[in-house]
Amino acid sequence: MEAEDEQSNAMMEKKMEAEDEQSNAMMEEIYSNGGEESVRSRPIISGEQLDIEAYASLYQGRTKITRLLFIADHCDNVSMRLEALRMAYDEIKKGENTQLFREVVQKIDGRLGPNYAMDVAWCDSVDRRAEQRKEKLENELNAYRTNLIKESIRMGYNDFGDFYYSHGALGDAFKSYVRTRDYCTTSKHIIHMCMSAILVSIEMGQFTHVTSYVSKAEQTPEALEPVTVAKLRCAAGLAHLEAKKYKLAARKFLEVGPDLGNSYNEVIAPQDVATYGGLCALASFDRAELKACTYSIFCLYNCSKVIDNVTFRNFLELVPEVRELINDFYSSHYASCLDYLGNLKANLLLDIHLHDHVETLYDQIRNKALIQYTHPFVSVDLNMMANAFKTTVAGLEKELEALITDNQIQARIDSHNKILYARHADQRNATFQRVLQTGNEFDQDVRAMLLRANLLKHDYTLRNSRKL
Amino acid sequence: MQSVENLVTQIQGLSSSASDISVLHNLLKAADDSLRSESARLLPLLDQLEPSKHSLGYLYFLEPCTYGSITKERASTLVPTIARFITSCVAEQIHLAPEKFITVCKRFKEQVMLLEAPIRGVGPMLTAIHKIQASTEHLTALHPEFLQLCLLAKCYKTGLSVLEDDIYEVNQPRDFFLYCYYGGMIFIGQKRFQKALELLHNVVTAPMSTINAIACEAYKKYILVSLIHHGQFSTNLPKYTSSAAQRNLKNFCQPYIELANSYNTGKVTELETYVQTNREKFESDNNLGLVKQVISSMYKRNIQRLTQTYLTLSLQDIANTVQLNSSKEAEMHVLQMIQDGEIYATINQKDGMVRFLEDPEQYKTCEMIEHIDSSIQRIMALSKKLTTMDELLSCDPLYLAKAGRERQRFDFDDFDPVPQKFNI
Repeated sequence: MEAEDEQSNAMMEKKMEAEDEQSNAMMEEIYSNGGEESVRSRPIISGEQLDIEAYASLYQGRTKITRLLFIADHCDNVSMRLEALRMAYDEIKKGENTQLFREVVQKIDGRLGPNYAMDVAWCDSVDRRAEQRKEKLENELNAYRTNLIKESIRMGYNDFGDFYYSHGALGDAFKSYVRTRDYCTTSKHIIHMCMSAILVSIEMGQFTHVTSYVSKAEQTPEALEPVTVAKLRCAAGLAHLEAKKYKLAARKFLEVGPDLGNSYNEVIAPQDVATYGGLCALASFDRAELKACTYSIFCLYNCSKVIDNVTFRNFLELVPEVRELINDFYSSHYASCLDYLGNLKANLLLDIHLHDHVETLYDQIRNKALIQYTHPFVSVDLNMMANAFKTTVAGLEKELEALITDNQIQARIDSHNKILYARHADQRNATFQRVLQTGNEFDQDVRAMLLRANLLKHDYTLRNSRKL
Repeated sequence: MQSVENLVTQIQGLSSSASDISVLHNLLKAADDSLRSESARLLPLLDQLEPSKHSLGYLYFLEPCTYGSITKERASTLVPTIARFITSCVAEQIHLAPEKFITVCKRFKEQVMLLEAPIRGVGPMLTAIHKIQASTEHLTALHPEFLQLCLLAKCYKTGLSVLEDDIYEVNQPRDFFLYCYYGGMIFIGQKRFQKALELLHNVVTAPMSTINAIACEAYKKYILVSLIHHGQFSTNLPKYTSSAAQRNLKNFCQPYIELANSYNTGKVTELETYVQTNREKFESDNNLGLVKQVISSMYKRNIQRLTQTYLTLSLQDIANTVQLNSSKEAEMHVLQMIQDGEIYATINQKDGMVRFLEDPEQYKTCEMIEHIDSSIQRIMALSKKLTTMDELLSCDPLYLAKAGRERQRFDFDDFDPVPQKFNI
């Protein structure tokens, strides 16, 4: 409520402005609407380089490697690239994915010294062991199948899935996991199957599978554990995000409970949930919804704080930024909000899931900010507004023009005096106009229809008379 | 077999009462062939007949005269005769032989064209339409001929008098297509694009089993007029359009569809280069003039869009956004549009600013109320017509026969006594 008061105060002040000469102090305050961060002395974390080590330590498993490789592919900074590749190399060495290992080595291309060169011996031994293991699994599975013990067959397929997954054959892994479905006897098994399928689908980028398995898991009769629910929400949110349904994505992310903790870091870190959710919410929610969401974000922030580890601390600073910017947006401190966004941008662009959506989300947030700024006013001074949004008047005019043409802002620009006037549609005139228009259309349609009917009738009689 | 002279006296004697005329009609019908064979002798005999009294006989004598190939000299003597006949003949007598009358009128039009004086045909043709028409709702075969004459003679206003009447009854689809096409062109000439669109739309969406050239040409013009008038064009035809039209029209009018696409981008220069490269195509279709109007309408459209977003804007800014060369040119455009009532604005020449205003219409004047009232009346009449039409149709034996047949077959399937699965 406080923020709303603040805004309505601002509005009152603007109206008084013309009559009241002595409101200079207030004017100051309005102008500073944009640049208030100096007053509130809240340090904005500059877009300092992502600490890759801290970032990577948030994740585990395959996603850690893919995220690192993503950074290596999309970062402009060579040292960061190499750092990412180095860590990916180390991480892969721990696993058994030789295919990925070869790719990474090729990418490193000897730039990291002899320690990070091609390790043929390792590859061969891993491959050999994989061959043996595969044979063993196959034998086991065949034995289970002849014995027709459901549980064992399920376990067999599951092992196969795990095996393929660790060796990077995602398609085969997905198939094996899905095959366990016929042998599931309890809800727990079903959920296990769904979770595995979701994990693999996310890795493969097949988000339609994700949605279907999330709903499958949610349909199980027994009550789910809070952690599982949180995981499912995350997965669903990611699927919606990927499908550009930002509002739905925001909802899902906000529903993620604090139980999530670090339990799903083979897919997503709690900080990510906060960031994704926050940005999607900003881009798609209205004020009331936003207010509700700040609370949830706050919870998430707290839950990620639980992992209070020195190495993580630097990275964790990212999340309060999201919280701050939502607060700023809500309390109409657009300039600082946009500042935060600008600072975050470089890092967000390195995020594997958010990368494709950053531009759209940013545009939507900016448009929403513009709309929200103009909404309470009868008239807005474009100079002030440009100041608040840290842009030029001409640029602002262009942005507003696009929004007005899109019918998102009901206003008109006085380009001479640089003032934006709200436009109140005259309901009466509009109704008259519409009535006359509808009448004309009806008139025209009916006449055309009668004509066509007559033509058809004629055609029909003609054909009949010809037949006779 | 009577001699021609004998017939003349018969006509003179039997042209007063209705019963006499029907006797005469039978006589004339019997003599039709002999009249045709002696067509060369008939023209001098016409002087003995009075077109206002002996209309039917006159018509029977006149028709054979117009057959065969006609030289310019012969046409120059025939045209005044026919024109006089059309203006003075009696409608009741003509109605006994409408086909003959229509042939005469068509011949008349051909001769006027031969003399390269279409304007001489406009007046008599209009009279002919009024005389032959059963009611103003009927389309006659003479309508398209008349409109074509109007177009050629550039007498658009005269053409309008026929187009103002709503047509419902149509006998020949071809007449209807031509009527709408020429009518559309006349409205385009008068810059009444809304009406033109309506007529052209009728052609394009009319039921047809095969595509025809008239519909194609109409569609081309429809695209252009739609761009001029609405500033947009959607290639989707309404779903009641015949499948023949839906399938083929687009292929025949490709350059025009691309023109519409390039219009939709909103960039004048792009549109202009497109028109330049495809100039010959538009020229050969005789549509270049309309295409030029499309280009200038784009400027208007862009200026109109500005009125939605701006309250004031300098002429220079207008010129920049609309891609005009100078503020002077922008001023001319704005001025023209204010004059035409397309935008509401004032120009302040001192500082070169344009102030856009809201539509001043408040829907409070007596005229507006009257206008609304007349619209309501019109629509009430129309819906009454619709109901009558519906009733008529549902009593139409042909329709019932067809509908009944379909129903029967449907019922048979529906209550199939042997369930499907036992058929195997």
